[in-house]
Amino acid sequence: MQKENGTARPEAAKLQTQDRPFVSPKVNIVETKEAYVLEAEMPGVAKEGLDINLEDNVLTIIGRRAPEPSVAWLYHESHQADYRRVFELDPSIDSGKLSAQVEQGILTLTLPKAERVKPRRIQVS
Amino acid sequence: MTLSRWQRPDFWGLAPFRRVANLRDEMDNFLAMALGHLGEFNGENGGTQLMEGWVPAVDVFEDKDSLHVKAELAGLKKEDIQISLQDGYLTLSGERKGREKNEDGGTYRTERWEGRFHRSISLPCRVDAEKIKATYNDGVLTVTLPKAEEAKPKQIPITVK
Repeated sequence: MQKENGTARPEAAKLQTQDRPFVSPKVNIVETKEAYVLEAEMPGVAKEGLDINLEDNVLTIIGRRAPEPSVAWLYHESHQADYRRVFELDPSIDSGKLSAQVEQGILTLTLPKAERVKPRRIQVS
Repeated sequence: MTLSRWQRPDFWGLAPFRRVANLRDEMDNFLAMALGHLGEFNGENGGTQLMEGWVPAVDVFEDKDSLHVKAELAGLKKEDIQISLQDGYLTLSGERKGREKNEDGGTYRTERWEGRFHRSISLPCRVDAEKIKATYNDGVLTVTLPKAEEAKPKQIPITVK
């Protein structure tokens, strides 16, 4: 349903306010009867740091993390980066009805299917 | 379609070289990961998974009074995270529960890790176990461990006779 669009979009790059790169968040995508559900893993991203953009049928997810404190690190394994990933939505998705919520670093996007592609039972009269 | 799980490459690739001093941690984590579930039969996928379990990224920094440990644990429930302190090792463990099996349709991508994790971190100094605090916000667990009095830096005045 969704093809990933690897090409960088200049307008998205402009949104980057801090001097750090983007990494791709890990996602799970499943399909239910009513919708596609996308879960993106973005630890450290609060609701305010999210930027979800739909343009034509291109969905861009950006998650910004709080700036790193400048401290004496003993270990430092987390990415010095913000999250960004771009998806191309299938025309069967009703892009007017996207909904998003974020909980403990997981962004859940619900992409409802358009009425015309939902399975229907046709009564024989 | 189910994609096979993969581990963040920069962690395994670089971490051991970055911090040789904590080789034991790396070995512990490696063994836990590679051997922890060896031979466990995974009925759902119909095969054994050698690499079950996952390793969250951990940051540790210190200031004058405390050690601070941050672990990237997105999507867990507070109740599913355990923190313990023993013999100078802080151990974080827990389980990420996946969504219920999807009966209605397909799975397009499965990149996120599920299941148990276990991480032990050797603390560089003694801490006051009674005053450890932990918070879990935006998928990041932060543990603050105040240093024990004897571990804090002290100025020793020199008296001149």
